[in-house]
Amino acid sequence: MALVLSDEQQMLKESAQGFFTEFAPISEMRKLRDLDEDYSTGLWQQMVAMGWAAILVPEAYGGLGFGHVGMGQIVEQSGRKLTASPLFSTAILGASMIQAAGTEGQKSSLLSAIANGDLTTALAVDESAFHAPEQIAMKAERTSQGYCLNGVKRHVVCGHVAETLIVAARTAGCAGDRQGISLFLVDAGSAGVTVERVPTVDSRSIANISFVDVELASDAVLGEPGLGYSALASTLDIGNAHLAAELLGIASESFDCTLQYLKERKQFGVLIGSFQALQHRAAHWWSEIELCKSVVLKSLQALDEGDPNAPALISISKAKLCEIAELSTNEAIQMHGGVGMTDEYDIGLYIKRARPVQALFGDFSYHGHRFANMAGY
Amino acid sequence: MIDLQSFRDDTRQWLEENCPTSMRTPVTDTKAVCWGGRNGTFQSVEQKQWMERMGARGWTAPMWPKEYGGGGLSKTEAKVLREELERINARSPLDSFGVWMIGPALLAFGSEELKQQHLPPIVRGEIRWCQGYSEPNSGSDLAALQSKAVDMGDHYKVNGQKVWTSYGDQADWMFCLVRTDPDAKKQSGISLVLFDMETPGVTPKPIKLISGSSPFCETFLEDVRVEKNQVVGEVNQGWTIAKYLLTHEREMIGGFGLADAGAQNLWEVAVGALGLEEGRLSNSFLRQDVTRWEIDAAAFALTAERVTDQAKVGQGVGATSAMLKYYGTELNKRRYEVMMKLQGTEAMGWEGTASQDGWLPKTWLRTKGNSIEGGTSEVQLNIIAKNILGLG
Ligand SMILES: Cc1cc2nc3c(=O)[nH]c(=O)nc-3n(C[C@H](O)[C@H](O)[C@H](O)COP(=O)(O)OP(=O)(O)OC[C@H]3O[C@@H](n4cnc5c(N)ncnc54)[C@H](O)[C@@H]3O)c2cc1C
Repeated sequence: MALVLSDEQQMLKESAQGFFTEFAPISEMRKLRDLDEDYSTGLWQQMVAMGWAAILVPEAYGGLGFGHVGMGQIVEQSGRKLTASPLFSTAILGASMIQAAGTEGQKSSLLSAIANGDLTTALAVDESAFHAPEQIAMKAERTSQGYCLNGVKRHVVCGHVAETLIVAARTAGCAGDRQGISLFLVDAGSAGVTVERVPTVDSRSIANISFVDVELASDAVLGEPGLGYSALASTLDIGNAHLAAELLGIASESFDCTLQYLKERKQFGVLIGSFQALQHRAAHWWSEIELCKSVVLKSLQALDEGDPNAPALISISKAKLCEIAELSTNEAIQMHGGVGMTDEYDIGLYIKRARPVQALFGDFSYHGHRFANMAGY
Repeated sequence: MIDLQSFRDDTRQWLEENCPTSMRTPVTDTKAVCWGGRNGTFQSVEQKQWMERMGARGWTAPMWPKEYGGGGLSKTEAKVLREELERINARSPLDSFGVWMIGPALLAFGSEELKQQHLPPIVRGEIRWCQGYSEPNSGSDLAALQSKAVDMGDHYKVNGQKVWTSYGDQADWMFCLVRTDPDAKKQSGISLVLFDMETPGVTPKPIKLISGSSPFCETFLEDVRVEKNQVVGEVNQGWTIAKYLLTHEREMIGGFGLADAGAQNLWEVAVGALGLEEGRLSNSFLRQDVTRWEIDAAAFALTAERVTDQAKVGQGVGATSAMLKYYGTELNKRRYEVMMKLQGTEAMGWEGTASQDGWLPKTWLRTKGNSIEGGTSEVQLNIIAKNILGLG
């Protein structure tokens, strides 16, 4: 497949561009911050009305089945405006997880609810500061009625706002095994579930969730008990492909704003963009972003095509984007000088969002390591 | 699609029959590269056969028109040919400044007479070309060149000095930038002329490089007679053509960042050199160097592909060749830095069979020129900043 957007994908990109520019400028993000709110439900409903919650849901379940390249365009544009919404937790992770693991009954009831914006979900995987899906230790013990959950999940995106938690826990085996991981649909209001909301550096928040003797019925298992790992792994891959798209939005916007600044700010009687030291750094930075565009698009296409090489491509993409998001947000501040450090200027906000996106589901070191393992060295 | 499949089948069969087995092994020393030319030396009979067979079919220049000896292939057919060559790890049948540089310029700007005269021998590997651009006082600032051509009525008389002329002592012809109007503004008084290196007054002298070999020369031009019909395009229009040609050169050099057909992945080299311990390279620092390189190389290869795909549908910015040149050459330099580290002290051998006469350190040193030749990395960054980013 050619590494360019189709006409329809291009149209979606442009409509997302217009949408976020009009309805979600950075000033909206600042408003939410002042109100200590996580996201705007009004904006999310508008996004649902645009059909964006339905993009990854197959048509058979009331969705659009438009694919990952399309979704990636929206994520990239929302990355540019630092827009918080349940798009990632629900329309990407929730929809993918249910599709990959769910029974026919679960798919038909839950997927259409996601597509309609009637359901928000959160995926609870990690238990320590570092992404390690194979190391899941949380226990789900078989009981006469079903299962009993005990353990703690950390850094759950949208964990404090979702109605349904998708929790990965062990019904067999021990930390390190791929076998024995099951996925549970847990009502966030269940007895024994305690959600701690933790405000984070990006003016959003995540949830640390503890489960104490949480009783679940047998049908709370998403798909087959004990066989959740492969669905989890493919969902995490999808998540990482889209996190890379978000980082691309962050890197590109930081670059564009900085380039603009180089053409406005004068020192020594000339535009700072006339200094070769800055020109060369800007040119290098631009080149790196060109590479980023290629890996992000390729990995999204690989998902749409069911390319067996997708996991490796996604690790390349996430790893590369982690590096270049770091370069971008650092260069952006430096080339703005003092104003780059102020809260008043938007440019300094990008580094605060980039870092948690980098860390979520594995940063450069995780994905570099994973790439090497997959290649066989 | 059906046509393309039958083209693939035919190509595969023809290559099966015509590509000698010894031409399907990786190139690990400079003598294995085939440059052709009047005085061309061949490492083996098979090397000569491979060049001649591919040349006769026009596949040394697959997309040039058939009337000039080329393969007459479409872009997609050329891609199929490339894939089929890669599939059998075929070596390049001919490396040629003719194919890469002056040929495309002649196709775009040359008179019918010049195309008929020069293109077919390039395709067949019979005539080897060199590039006479740089001078002692004009490198990055190429338009400041001073070699001059004086109009003698029926011909030009050229005087001056060129430098860094790659393979000047082995080439048969030179394409050369000269000043035809000394009074015009820098860029406007330049012409691109062609002459035989055997013309009286042309004296190439090899310069020894840090890599030990002498692939390039300083070339003295003393009262060199150049025929009037050997001016490419219009007189005083040479700068436009030179720039066009540099774009081709940059794309070619930038391609050094892409893995050669048949070349090993860097991580495979690393495994061969260091071995695995519990499935991993034992040296975790080098494992990280290799991984960083592999990730960037994959991203770069995809970018080269994306730029091509964009061009096909008329998207994308011009001047991306500057980015590919810059990034590709820096990437290639990094590759060889890692290669040197992977071999430890064994990488130092300069002579003798164990080191294949110092293939690795010599190649490593040669790559240092990648970010200088064809316009330095700094010049590429200038081009990106000015032409793409609009920074004045
Ligand atoms: C291996 C090799 C093969 C070559 N083959 C050929 C050939 O076949 N034919 C031919 O004509 N030439 C050839 N060249 C010459 C090559 O094109 C020149 O070396 C190159 O253009 C640089 O010119 P220079 O050497 O004079 O360096 P200079 O221009 O003197 O540059 C010196 C340093 O200053 C920097 N610099 C210069 N101007 C600027 C600027 N405006 N902004 C920022 N930095 C700047 C450069 O980047 C470089 O780091 C070859 C060179 C090499 C290394």
